[in-house]
Amino acid sequence: MSFLKKSQIKSPWLLHFDCGSCNGCDIETLACLTPVYDIERFGIVNVGNPRHADVLIVTGTVNPRNAVILKNLYDQMPTPKLVIAVGACGCTGGVFREAPNVLGGVDKIIPVDVYVPGCPAKPEAIMDAVVAGLGKLKGILEGSK
Amino acid sequence: MARTVIPFGPQHPVLPEPIHLSLVVEDEKVVEALPTLGYVHRGLEMLAVKRDFNQMIQIVERVCGICSMIHSLCYCQGIEEMMGIEVPRRARFLRTVWSELHRMHSHLLWLGLFADSFGFEALFMQLWKIREKVMDLNEGTTGNRVIVSVNVIGGVRVDLDESQIRWIKDTLVDVEAGIRKLQSTIMNDGTVCRRTKGVGILTKQAAYDLGAAGPTLRGSGVAQDMRQLKYAGFDEIPFEPVVETAGDSWARGNVRFRECLQSIDLVRQALDKLEPGELAAKVKGKPDGEVVTRVEQPRGECLYYLKGNGDKFMQRVRIRTPTFANIPPLAAMLPGLDFADVPVVVLSIDPCISCTER
Repeated sequence: MSFLKKSQIKSPWLLHFDCGSCNGCDIETLACLTPVYDIERFGIVNVGNPRHADVLIVTGTVNPRNAVILKNLYDQMPTPKLVIAVGACGCTGGVFREAPNVLGGVDKIIPVDVYVPGCPAKPEAIMDAVVAGLGKLKGILEGSK
Repeated sequence: MARTVIPFGPQHPVLPEPIHLSLVVEDEKVVEALPTLGYVHRGLEMLAVKRDFNQMIQIVERVCGICSMIHSLCYCQGIEEMMGIEVPRRARFLRTVWSELHRMHSHLLWLGLFADSFGFEALFMQLWKIREKVMDLNEGTTGNRVIVSVNVIGGVRVDLDESQIRWIKDTLVDVEAGIRKLQSTIMNDGTVCRRTKGVGILTKQAAYDLGAAGPTLRGSGVAQDMRQLKYAGFDEIPFEPVVETAGDSWARGNVRFRECLQSIDLVRQALDKLEPGELAAKVKGKPDGEVVTRVEQPRGECLYYLKGNGDKFMQRVRIRTPTFANIPPLAAMLPGLDFADVPVVVLSIDPCISCTER
């Protein structure tokens, strides 16, 4: 496996996008980066630029307005990429699924690899999802050679 | 000088939430800032016609995750006022405890993000480390870290026993010591002062005229806090709003910092006043009439207008949140700033976009 592929698995870079969540899942995603949970010790780094990112973490429901932004961010990320939908809203629309301006979960717009349930999802669950996603990424990279 | 328009957001590393500002700049100076909203709009006020008045508690809690307990407190107070329910004394103080714990974690979260906005990563990490202790208190007492879901109409649904009260008090000693240790850094550190002092000034008159709320208003010298309305347990707990007069980003940060310490004190007082008693009053009938309630969120005044017509569904739930009130002052603060100061000033109003757009 090439150096680049190896580092993609050993040190994936995250991009977080809030897609209409209530903030609950956002602050739990941020809490993952802070001293108590500290996912940086696994080489996972939070970045602000989609062109640098390997993993897209999306929280919250999709509405017609942010669907365009979400699609843009996804398209700007280099392949291979992972999408993790965090929280009940990101998975299915959650309590807001019947609200007038909600289209539903993230998978209505972009393909999702890992779903994290919970309202809000706990930092442990989010870390678990990233690890599960990396297993999938490894499979893709090994397949492509 | 040629004008350039630079988009700020909706996806920006300093903002956890999507808001878009079109910044018109001349050279490095911002001339105009045009906010665009609507990325988080879900239309949850409309859900009132699909969920009954008890189920609506779960919806209003998710208006905003950071101050979820205070949203449901405001909603429940409104319904209680409408139906004439007397909330038991113990429940009122328990509500105070959790609402102040929420304010504490929200302010610590904000102070961390604020430090991050001017690149002080170490302070960000330190503040979030302290915040985790408050989150543990939330999780240990209610079962959930963020959306604690303690309010029901007529009272609360969770109780605190003696060992939990002792644990909260012990943990708060640690939290207070941790915050006090960072006091001189937040107030006097050269890096912090140079990036925040004199940046984004909002005068007392402008704050009042533009209808600012919460720490943004108090940072400009207006002593207004909805806790002065004596809701929940605040009628028996002496309370003075925290005020700073400088009106800049530093003053707004300082108001929030001192409010953290104040909240610790308020939690202690509320815990001392707990007496054995009922947790929730019995609820009979359906809400009928209309009512306006106000509470103080970490970000400022939150107003609920509720209208029922004797049916189990509410006719109208209208929510006005503090960030909505703070956007006009923000648009007034930005012109004349250096471009690099924009993230600091945008964060200094503590924007909560999911509150604003619901």
